Amino acid sequence: MIAVQITKRLGDFSLNVQFEAPRGVTALFGRSGSGKTSVINAIAGLLRPDTGQITVAGRRLTDMPVHMRNLGYVFQDERLFPHLTVAQNLSYGGDHDAARVIDLLGLAPLLDRRPPALSGGEKSRVALGRALMSNPAILLLDEPLAALDAQRKAEILPYLEQLRDDMAIPMIYVSHDVAEVARLANTLVVLDAGHVVRAGPVEVVLADPAVAPFVGLRGAGAVLQATVAGYDVQDGLTHVTFDAGRLALSGRVGRIGGALRVHIPAQDVILAKSAPTQISARNILPVTVRTLTPAANGGVMVGLQAGSSTLLARITQASLREMAIAEGQEIFAIVKASVMSAAGD
Amino acid sequence: MMWQAVFLSLKVSAVATVCALPFAIWIAYILARKRFRGHGLLNGLVHLPLVLPPVVTGYLLLVLFGKQGAIGAPLYAAFGVSFAFQWTGAALAAAIMGFPLMVRAIRLGFEAVDVGLEAAAGTLGANRARVFRTVTLPLATPAILAGAVLGFAKALGEFGATITFVAAIPGQTQTIPSAIYGLLQVPGEESGVIVLVSISIGLAMGALIASEWLARRMAAR
Repeated sequence: MIAVQITKRLGDFSLNVQFEAPRGVTALFGRSGSGKTSVINAIAGLLRPDTGQITVAGRRLTDMPVHMRNLGYVFQDERLFPHLTVAQNLSYGGDHDAARVIDLLGLAPLLDRRPPALSGGEKSRVALGRALMSNPAILLLDEPLAALDAQRKAEILPYLEQLRDDMAIPMIYVSHDVAEVARLANTLVVLDAGHVVRAGPVEVVLADPAVAPFVGLRGAGAVLQATVAGYDVQDGLTHVTFDAGRLALSGRVGRIGGALRVHIPAQDVILAKSAPTQISARNILPVTVRTLTPAANGGVMVGLQAGSSTLLARITQASLREMAIAEGQEIFAIVKASVMSAAGD
Repeated sequence: MMWQAVFLSLKVSAVATVCALPFAIWIAYILARKRFRGHGLLNGLVHLPLVLPPVVTGYLLLVLFGKQGAIGAPLYAAFGVSFAFQWTGAALAAAIMGFPLMVRAIRLGFEAVDVGLEAAAGTLGANRARVFRTVTLPLATPAILAGAVLGFAKALGEFGATITFVAAIPGQTQTIPSAIYGLLQVPGEESGVIVLVSISIGLAMGALIASEWLARRMAAR
């Protein structure tokens, strides 16, 4: 349980942030300059709030000196000690679970090297390893995967998921990548100009049309809780069920019977008044129009209800007008199998 | 007499450098990292020996650290330590004169250390003392070496304050510069002057090369 309630004036910028995260991963989301790093620095003790309280797992951190807070901070700029070897960097804060951390992050070949001789991705992995080996009560991650290529990302994300699930280390995660957030986070805090726009469970916050402008065109979209029903090996599809029906996803994800989180980008959802036939898209869901919210660039964010789940679709004002879509109507949402991203919960 | 002056100079400069270095590191760290009332005053005070005529500094040392001096008298009464007309006095004068040069070089080194690295060490559980010992100090080491070499070279060459404070007693306070000056007053001693001048140049070059070598070794480690 993390509870943050702080205010801080920094010149013209004023930070006034309050949120609670029950467990697991809390993602801080927002444009650059929205105060994400300030919040994480306040938790770490590197920024002294003017007023407020920070509590992590029942420990009040607010007036504790940095070195007593027992946290692992993975900085965006890594901040490895250039005069120490990778091995010395890793053990600077402790030797907790060293063998496993070194193995999982693939650090063994790097141990005798010095940070200036490492690539960006290697630095990120060493920084993450160094934080983990200090056996922190909370992990603060400031865009830890930003410098990694897709392959390394795909390798490290499951490790972060494992940390979240097995070791129950609470994490505060700053990221610009909605797919990453949808995959990792339990709680999403959207920040804008030093204030919290929305905070809550990631499914609820991402399905809120009011949040869409802050998440960006690519990222806006709902997250569904689903269960893997089976694989279609020949066609390369994964079939999942959720409370209002079935979905087909490209590729093989999760394990049969396992829980999945499926992120459906709003801009990739097509709306139709009647169920189309002879269409290449694999998923046609009957939905009810619940909300209509004006979006940026002349668009409209349409909130749709499918069972107890919420979907978002972003369409143009022109389509809305010509189709005469109104709240309460029963229509169809069409989603291609390839546009959704999913990960085990 | 010539070699006596060389050995005395080395002893005086080494003692002056070693004794002044911890204070120089301390003051340089405070000037580089702390903001407080009197920051400018402290900075000015440290630099005073650099801009004052050395004879004035020597005179002030005489007044303060002489047998009847404001600091010298109680020091002698309490510990039996005396600076006046002793090699220790020459070392004190050399340390005071070299101090601003040491502080300047070391301060630049501390200012170049990324405070973000110190913050990172703090998040990993290191208290201030450990952060200083394991991060700040090692990263500033090349600058500290440079400061020590500058201080040592300044101590070797110190003349005005030394001769004013402790005169030039052969075997006691006559360092290389005052020996050269002394020899120049005597006709027919040019050969001795040339030897001492050559030794001075050699020592200065040696100190520079040694510090370069040390800095390289630190960087490669």
